[in-house]
Amino acid sequence: MTAIITTNTKRLYTGTDWNFQTLRDCYDAIEEIAVGELGLETYPNRIEIITSEQMLDVYTSHGMPLIYPHWSFGKRFIGHENAYRRGLMGLAYEVVINSSPCISYLMEENTVTMQALVIAHAAFGHNHFFRNNRLFREWTDPSQILDYLEFARGYIARCEQEHGVRAVERILDAAHALQGQGVNRHSGMRRVDLNAERERARERRQHEDRTFNDLWRTLPEREEAAPLRGGGDRAESGLGLPEENILYFLEKHAPKLAPWEREIIRIVRLIAQYFYPQPQVKMMNEGCATWVHDTIMRRLHETGRIDDAAFLETIHSTSNVIAQFDFEQVGPNFNPYALGFAMMTDIARICTDPTDEDREWFPDIAGNGDPLGTLRYAWAEFRDESFIQQYLSPAVMRRYRMFRLLDDSTKPYLLVDAIHNEDGYRAIRRSLASTYDPGLQAEEIDVVGADLAGTRTLRLEHRTRPGQLLQPDDARRTLAHLADLWGYGVVLKEIDTQTDRVLFTHSAP
Amino acid sequence: MDIIDRRPNPHGKNLDNRRRVLERARGAVQRAVRDAVSSGKIRDVAQANAVSIPSDALHEPAFRRMFSDGQREVILPGNKEFSPGDRITRPPSGGRGKGGGDGEASEQGGGQDSYRFLLSREEFLDLFFDDLELPDLVKREISTTETMMPSRAGLSNDGSPSQLDLSRTMRHSMGRRIGLRRPRPADVTDLQARIEELEARKPLSDMELDELQRLREERATATRRLNRIPWVDPVDLRYRRFSLTPKPSTRAVMFCVMDVSGSMTERMKELGKQFFLLLHVFLERRYKTLDIVFIRHAESAEEVDEETFFNDPRTGGTVVSTALAEVTRVQKARYPADQWNIYVAQASDGDNTGSDTPVAVELLSKTILPVVQYYAYIEISGSGAIIRGETDLWRAYRAVAEQWPQLAIRQVGDRKDIFPVFRELFSRRSTEQAGAP
Repeated sequence: MTAIITTNTKRLYTGTDWNFQTLRDCYDAIEEIAVGELGLETYPNRIEIITSEQMLDVYTSHGMPLIYPHWSFGKRFIGHENAYRRGLMGLAYEVVINSSPCISYLMEENTVTMQALVIAHAAFGHNHFFRNNRLFREWTDPSQILDYLEFARGYIARCEQEHGVRAVERILDAAHALQGQGVNRHSGMRRVDLNAERERARERRQHEDRTFNDLWRTLPEREEAAPLRGGGDRAESGLGLPEENILYFLEKHAPKLAPWEREIIRIVRLIAQYFYPQPQVKMMNEGCATWVHDTIMRRLHETGRIDDAAFLETIHSTSNVIAQFDFEQVGPNFNPYALGFAMMTDIARICTDPTDEDREWFPDIAGNGDPLGTLRYAWAEFRDESFIQQYLSPAVMRRYRMFRLLDDSTKPYLLVDAIHNEDGYRAIRRSLASTYDPGLQAEEIDVVGADLAGTRTLRLEHRTRPGQLLQPDDARRTLAHLADLWGYGVVLKEIDTQTDRVLFTHSAP
Repeated sequence: MDIIDRRPNPHGKNLDNRRRVLERARGAVQRAVRDAVSSGKIRDVAQANAVSIPSDALHEPAFRRMFSDGQREVILPGNKEFSPGDRITRPPSGGRGKGGGDGEASEQGGGQDSYRFLLSREEFLDLFFDDLELPDLVKREISTTETMMPSRAGLSNDGSPSQLDLSRTMRHSMGRRIGLRRPRPADVTDLQARIEELEARKPLSDMELDELQRLREERATATRRLNRIPWVDPVDLRYRRFSLTPKPSTRAVMFCVMDVSGSMTERMKELGKQFFLLLHVFLERRYKTLDIVFIRHAESAEEVDEETFFNDPRTGGTVVSTALAEVTRVQKARYPADQWNIYVAQASDGDNTGSDTPVAVELLSKTILPVVQYYAYIEISGSGAIIRGETDLWRAYRAVAEQWPQLAIRQVGDRKDIFPVFRELFSRRSTEQAGAP
């Protein structure tokens, strides 16, 4: 730690107004603490000042500075706009995206204290998390995403020009519906080289241009597709079934799609894959950023670089963010900021000032005297689910007075089967962790077969969890999209994982 | 670290996406708009309008799970009184629907079931009048031309320098230069160099002398050509040409004629007013300036202001021809037919003094119909739902309508009829059918 700077240090600012010089000063002071004292490693930062209207645009595109045009973004935009205009929703003070350089959007309406706070929060807290967490490191390549999005937008715009907005929208609608099934969950993580993607599309296009021969157009069309020779089994074995990534399967094997349609599906798939880790670490990410900004703002105050008024504003806004309401108001929803921040603070406490209980629960870290190292390790190596399994302490469970309900649909009542006491801690921790487990949260839907020799009907299976079938209306519509891309009929069977009994069959068209 | 000020960047990034949403939900939005209007909110049409459509129209499906039966465990914050083993009565339905799928389900269950749009006035009216058009608009408009507008019309050989089409001009220039074999300046320099080289070498052989002679001649020809054939000749010049095209007149006047005699109840007048308002909004979209003339009549007719027209009751008998005479008088005095598009809307309960009907018909077909774009006659029946038998006026007008396509007559019994009747009068194919009731 650097020596505590005494009172003769210049204040960074006073009052509430900011200008670009104060922003720079704040940034430098914050960077000094973040890098020098907390040891954070970040991507290069870029800070963009935007208006509230532009903030609505940013919301619409998941924070990405650009995205291809599609009506669903308009829908989101109108929704946010309505809510904002009617005062139902405040805007976030910042949005930050996982890219390199790491872009943080700051709203112009913020006071200078808020700007300092969000720089600490986003440009250092989130940025450190993006750069160091294992999930992001393994799944995403932040140096390429901005270029790839640019390419995607250009590609889709060109398709719209060539083939019409309707035709492109048809593919995008369907691909968006299947987005949740566009990720390889089980077959291993692979960081996609997004630059190579652009190169690939360009080469393909050049190849098309080179090999274009107008004579082909004049050939008479074949009467009808010749029946596939060879047994259906053999043809099917080339499909690599079962396949969990439905979009990938369609891109590679759907018989009726044009090359540009496949490329659009690929774009949707790769973007979905890029965003896949985000929700899995949301709680940790927010906890990390909140803890970082809280710590940094405290240090700024201790060293006399911000005055009491500014510090009070910081405390006020932090405590707003980490408010956790009781179940009467919010049901089973934990505020990720609250839980994350509480756990980070708790870990730091365990490291420096452990109780006997902590020593029993966390023999590895209790009293190790290295809160920063412990936190940095946790931020790098865990996701929400495993983080809770590993670090949720009885103290935090008591603090939020967590309890567990058993909901058995055959009983007319709900049973309280564990509360925040000696017997309940482990049960609660296990259950809470499982609600963050992507493996338990996602639907397991696989492509299991395609009758290539016959009707070409595509067969899918949903391995259900007990009592959890697909929402039938949604399933029907999604399946219609799937059938549209596949070009032939589609059947989805919902199967009881234990007994292999078919519980429900959806089909389209 | 960079700080970038994005505030001056172009705004409205999502306008295109917003337009796409409207396009997609067009059917639903249009229905909502028409409902809003027919439920009597036409006055608000002047403002930006919020319409709600069922969220179904913009639903984005995906495979989602929901908890239907079996067992599940839920962790909740904020225990105050529970101990293990406590039983809680299941909260009514909300509890089950809400928890299923954690948050995903809220999009389904507890979420919005309608979607709210704020439409600008333009968008609102566009949707509202989407498939309506003014009958015979083009024909009459061109005949009432009053201004001319320049529009692009190919190229010409002369024009003002600012309209010079440079690339065309240079193309012609190059063609001419090639055709006339104008040497390139570089070629001349080349010749010059070779001549100088030969001249510099003193004792020359005969062959070299011939060569020098030839080169000099060549140089002379080339220089002559170069001087004679200009780089750009006036014949090369091409200018963008504009021609004046007639711009249709954009002025219109709308006559509202209403019977205010004792037999017209307030309700009937309200119906008439609805119709006038619709017509007004519709016409306002097509014409830059739109005047309205209110003429009311009972036994006699007079031009009044809007307030009086709708609110000041009168009693007495009905003489329709007086109103028609008043229309003619005002039109002749202020709205010459060659400069104005004239529309007349007449609302009446069909009562007329028996002896007056032939006079009215005479006026209508001789003086009014020849000058108007469109004449809409709305007969409001008194008793509401059931359209009663034909009135004298209706019969007489129908005979006229058979000869004059500009005249359209309709019967209206109830508020909800107004809008369908209006749509019927102005729907796209109405030109062929106008006049056939």
